[in-house]
Amino acid sequence: MQHTLEQFFRALRAADVRVSPAEAIDASRAVAVTGYGDRTLFRDALCSTLAKSAEEVDRFESVFESFFSRDAVGMPPPSASEQGEPSEEDMAATESSPLAQAVLQGDNAQIQQSMEEAAARAGVADIRLSTQRSRLTRRLLEEMGLEEIERIIANARRMPNGEGQGLADRLDQARRDLFTEAQRYVARQHDLYAAGSARELREERLAKKQLNADGGVDPVDYQLMQALVKKMAKRLATKYARRRRAAQKGHLDVRKTLRRSMAHGGIPFQIEWKVKKIDRPSIVAICDVSKSVAAAAQFLLTFLYSLNEVVDRMDAFAFSGRLISVNDVLDDNAVEGAILKVLQEIGFQQTDYGRSLQDFAEQHLDSLDRRTTVIFLGDGRSNFADPRLDIMRQIHDRSRAVIWLNPEPESYWGQGDSVMNRYARFCHVAKQCGTIEQLERIIDDVLRSYVPH
Amino acid sequence: MAQSGFQSFISKDRILTISPPAAANAADPLASVDTLIEGLGSVGYIASRRIATALFMAVKLEKPILVEGSAGVGKTELALSTATLLGLPLIRMQCYEGLDESKALYEWKYGKQLLYTQILKDRMGEALADAPDMDAAMDRLHGMGDLFFSEPFLEPRPLMKALRHDDGCVLLIDEVDKSDEAFEAFLLEVLSAYQVSVPELGVIKAKTPPLVFLTSNNVRDLGDALKRRCLHLHIPLPEAALEERIVAARVPGIEAKLTRELVAFVQTLRTMDLRKSPSISETVDWARALVLLHAGSLAPEVVRDTLNVILKFEQDITAVEPQVVELLHRR
Repeated sequence: MQHTLEQFFRALRAADVRVSPAEAIDASRAVAVTGYGDRTLFRDALCSTLAKSAEEVDRFESVFESFFSRDAVGMPPPSASEQGEPSEEDMAATESSPLAQAVLQGDNAQIQQSMEEAAARAGVADIRLSTQRSRLTRRLLEEMGLEEIERIIANARRMPNGEGQGLADRLDQARRDLFTEAQRYVARQHDLYAAGSARELREERLAKKQLNADGGVDPVDYQLMQALVKKMAKRLATKYARRRRAAQKGHLDVRKTLRRSMAHGGIPFQIEWKVKKIDRPSIVAICDVSKSVAAAAQFLLTFLYSLNEVVDRMDAFAFSGRLISVNDVLDDNAVEGAILKVLQEIGFQQTDYGRSLQDFAEQHLDSLDRRTTVIFLGDGRSNFADPRLDIMRQIHDRSRAVIWLNPEPESYWGQGDSVMNRYARFCHVAKQCGTIEQLERIIDDVLRSYVPH
Repeated sequence: MAQSGFQSFISKDRILTISPPAAANAADPLASVDTLIEGLGSVGYIASRRIATALFMAVKLEKPILVEGSAGVGKTELALSTATLLGLPLIRMQCYEGLDESKALYEWKYGKQLLYTQILKDRMGEALADAPDMDAAMDRLHGMGDLFFSEPFLEPRPLMKALRHDDGCVLLIDEVDKSDEAFEAFLLEVLSAYQVSVPELGVIKAKTPPLVFLTSNNVRDLGDALKRRCLHLHIPLPEAALEERIVAARVPGIEAKLTRELVAFVQTLRTMDLRKSPSISETVDWARALVLLHAGSLAPEVVRDTLNVILKFEQDITAVEPQVVELLHRR
């Protein structure tokens, strides 16, 4: 029984429900209280000990359903049933194989049990990759005793006057059905235990993928990427919020208290506490969505969106030819809608860095102060227009830090129409940022060193 | 034995029917999940099976229970009703940003301490007068210092109060997601061992572990360490049938027809894209308002006049108002 629970925990972990040993122990204790008699009670008890958020509850339920309602083997009834019970001779001929007898009698429960036992021996539950499926199906059938059936079929075919022909055909059909069943069983085990590891593999690969490469992100991976970026932004925000909040301690401020008590002849009627003032940091993010960064634009915007969700004070701008504020769009729409709207409004035009910087300077330069960190996301390719370095210098002088994240590798900076080298002089940090992994590392550094805390 | 019981449990076609534990004391609401549902019902809380199961497990496993759900689905109410049902005192701690242990656990009464030092100044002078040298005076002073860090100067706050209730109590830590991480970490010791360490007094351990409810609105994600120590319960918005029962239980004297109509209307509203969907507490408030207005059924004018009870944002009200007639007909 404990073994079944352990298998269930494994299936849950594969579905991205975190089950720590401590939670596993709690679940076992809960099961000891509820018993196995009442399915709903059993499920709810497990659910309350294992699933720790609304999304996990959903995943828990779907795993529970597929794990604990293993559909019985649905073998079609053997064709012999038209003639009633299998004949004495048939039973005698298949004496050496309990499986063959079970198949002939249409004893699905027996087949199911034999399949589960064989699966345990063949280690089907250890499946990791989808490519292992056919090999495991084969092993499962071997463990069930398929060879014996094949031998019986061969014997029956060799019988004189074709009198074994009927039996052979029936067994042959049953063998094919068994094969389908075994395939289904293995596929289900794969879904239960291996789906998670496949996703992990894809996520890992995606995190390292160059986003500005030709074609950018595969549309198939797009949703995965959004989830990944969101996760990352959240992780950063939690970390960074913790640093920001220097807790106000309940310490007595002796100096202030004594001073105030002077008014009452040295008797401290009023107590003063130490208070620590915390600067509210703010971030200004300016994102290039022009043609030259088309492939990376969606990714950069996704990041902008997630950052906007987790940082309380952020002003977001997007530009290609001109610059607009996208705060409202990001606030009011879901992530896909917001990105689409921004791109529709301003995306994929000719870049003009000078013009955009001027727009920014006219409307928002006043809002920069020594607490502001400015983050540029863009490739610094200005189509040979005036890069307006004077504005860049102003931004640099007014703000606490200017960070430039460029999807292009550093060796490309300054080549062709790139003015990145000239901008880089006015940046505290200018780095290549082509993959999600790099992005996370850089932003982490930025938040740690350039945002007041 | 357990193996065979389990096998029959998982194959759907042959579910073992185990009769409920016989001779369950009807007076004890904690005998089973069903008696718990009944008990909660008797104090006016209509619980779904999942809620009751989670509560049941929390009591049996002596673990805190973390209740999540949008505002107004009855998270706090669950703790209040449980306290009433079990006849235990309820200690409530509202969390907010900046809450720290001096407000949650204990605090020294600094004012009293300082005042006493002032009053005892002369006595201290006397006591120290005959000390031969500075060292001896310091020694005596050390002896007195402890006087001021003793029980009479201790101000217990909710957590300590809860741990000191020898007969058990219900501790409600409300909106724990609004407190900051440092405080969350501080809660861990309380929640897993039901004890706290006070440097000046030592470890204080509860004789009877309190039944702890934590509620969260998902303002921020709670840490895994905290979640791991708790049972998790997510209360969704209820289905129509359940909501009707809740309204009937909460608003005595409401007509069945009106209940049905208003619940159906609220359920339709929830399918719309609103900034804040009405939750159970809004439905109940609305039902009360309608009863006060002697409305026998939902007429468009009445709905328009009272929309502000269920919708809390101006945009939502302006969005819904022109559609009221249509929405009323849609059901």
